[in-house]
Amino acid sequence: MAQFSFAFPKPGTKKLLVGATLGAALAIPALLAGLLVFLVPMVNKPLLDAFIREKLGHVPATWVGTQWVYAAALFLAGIAMFTFAAITGGIFSWYERRVAARIQSRIGPNRVGVAGFLQWIADAVKLLFKEDLVPGEADAMLFRAAPYFVVAGMTLVLVALPAGQAIVVADLDVGIFYILAVTSFIVVGILLSGWSSNSKWSLFGAIRATAQVVSYEVPAGLAILVPVLMAGTLSTQGLIRAQGGWPWEWFFFRNPAAAVAFFILFISQLAEGNRTPFDLAEAESELVAGYFSEYSGFRFALYFLVEWANLWIIGAVATTLFLGGWQIPGVSAQTWASVRGAGSFPAFGWWALQFVSLGIFAVKTLFLVNVVIWIRWTLPRIRIDQMMNLCWKYLVPAGFAAMLFTLVWQMVATWAPIVEKITALVVFAATVWVTWRFLQQTRKNVSLIAHERVDLSNW
Amino acid sequence: MSITTSQYVGNVRDTVKSFWHGMSVTLSQVLRRPITIQYPDRLEIPVQDVLPPRYRGFLEVDTDICTGCQACERACPISCIQIEVEKDPANPKQRVVTQFDIDEAKCMFCGLCVEPCPTGSIQHTREFEATQRSVRNLVFRWADPIKPFPVYKVVKGAPYIPRAPLGSRVKDLLAQRSWDAVGTSYLPPEPLKPPPPPPVKPPPAAKPAAPAAAKPAAAPAPAPAPAVQPDEPKP
Repeated sequence: MAQFSFAFPKPGTKKLLVGATLGAALAIPALLAGLLVFLVPMVNKPLLDAFIREKLGHVPATWVGTQWVYAAALFLAGIAMFTFAAITGGIFSWYERRVAARIQSRIGPNRVGVAGFLQWIADAVKLLFKEDLVPGEADAMLFRAAPYFVVAGMTLVLVALPAGQAIVVADLDVGIFYILAVTSFIVVGILLSGWSSNSKWSLFGAIRATAQVVSYEVPAGLAILVPVLMAGTLSTQGLIRAQGGWPWEWFFFRNPAAAVAFFILFISQLAEGNRTPFDLAEAESELVAGYFSEYSGFRFALYFLVEWANLWIIGAVATTLFLGGWQIPGVSAQTWASVRGAGSFPAFGWWALQFVSLGIFAVKTLFLVNVVIWIRWTLPRIRIDQMMNLCWKYLVPAGFAAMLFTLVWQMVATWAPIVEKITALVVFAATVWVTWRFLQQTRKNVSLIAHERVDLSNW
Repeated sequence: MSITTSQYVGNVRDTVKSFWHGMSVTLSQVLRRPITIQYPDRLEIPVQDVLPPRYRGFLEVDTDICTGCQACERACPISCIQIEVEKDPANPKQRVVTQFDIDEAKCMFCGLCVEPCPTGSIQHTREFEATQRSVRNLVFRWADPIKPFPVYKVVKGAPYIPRAPLGSRVKDLLAQRSWDAVGTSYLPPEPLKPPPPPPVKPPPAAKPAAPAAAKPAAAPAPAPAPAVQPDEPKP
């Protein structure tokens, strides 16, 4: 690392283009954050009631319009969440291509806007204008319907997925169970698309995807049981409230079995999201594109939207369960309550804190998204027997062991809470050490090639 | 299919280790400079200078040091070089080159013409960009029939033969012609017998290929025949 060069943007780029891209790059995340915080009053019944009482001047319990206000709020919340998923999915599509290119010593899309940031918009527009082709031999109705099942499976997850202290569409009592259940909805769409396409590639892909997702739900469920046992609740917000802001208060560090469960869950989510190395369902070398081989235009775009929006879901679920979610270090539940104030509407500080919690959640989630992308371009696709071996011979026993260990661990932790604290600090220190060793290894790898150095200049 | 405990544990360890090393290798790749050269519009230096010095691009003839020996013409395995040398009418002792055509569309860049050249007049350059709407514009004419150039006489005992900088002549030639220039309707030399009038509808220059491919059998070697044939000297 003799020299560190970083030239961005390229000299000679038009100022207007730089401005437009940087504006979009800053405005879109800000807009998304605003969109999510905007959700809060939409889905919060006391706040809506206060709005009807104080701004509209009606009694919420007796006014006829109350239900309409609720319905409109839910509608807006749905649109907000779907917009969020679509835009993050789009940006991830560009981001993944850039990272993939760097890993392969390429540059990647860098022509639409600075560093190609607007590429995803161009791709979406292109796909929207393409012909929506239905093969002649296909079962037309099912063929048309299948993408919507997939999109519905992805969108329904967002209902119970938190993103901040009060930012969740519905804090269900069975939140994480609900997420596990509706994720399986995607399989229905995949199987429908494979069957209705009337193509061998599609059907093979769909069958593989089904076998894979159904198998990997078992270890995923077992791994999810670990934090559920530790928190004593299935509600996603409850799981996060049971953790704390500092890393040693996260479930990941508080219980050695939880660390194992985190990796089991993460691997299972990769498999359920059909991500490499588990992308047998769309194995290009064997099955053209798998279950969506026959799709084109907008419906094709929907599959990719789901694939990339799933990245956020993978990261967010793992963050919620193991990495402390939106908890801000040093901010306890009492702090939240005192910042909110006693009025019908929360004070300004509370809103600011919402943004902070959203930011913390997003940083953790985006880190995991990066890991998912990174794994994709590191590991080759595994064979189907290897995939099944991994699931049934390694992940399921390990998941059971983690669950049983947690049962004992919770008894120990209740008996002597100091054990849990010491373990958390030790595991945290070990994680820091492993990370440090990993970075050293990476640095060594960079310098293994003569005259190589860290260089991020070729955009 | 049954495996021992040590194998089982070994598999887990192998997986973790390969994750460790694989992820580290890919991360180190992210931090390196991509090797992509962004041709054509985002280059720090012209792409011709990126190419190796012995790259076989377009042939260039330095007419100042061409001896008119026609060794290159004889060496060419596919006859894409056409040279005519005549006596200068004003000075019968001086021979002049009235025609020196190289069909770069035909040329296969084998380099056999470069080897016999006694003065190094004909050389490959690193130029390769000459997209033309009409393929016939890829015939590079190094001699002007109106103003033929005199052949070069090697001075005995000269330490070296001065040559124009490699690539400068071909760059000038390329700069003279726009990519969508109208192509010539015949290739030199002109056909010996004039084409029979009735079937000749002068083809529009913009799309020479289609009518030419349609009727080569009907009209033997008239004007719009494919670019391969008509420059053969009639025996």
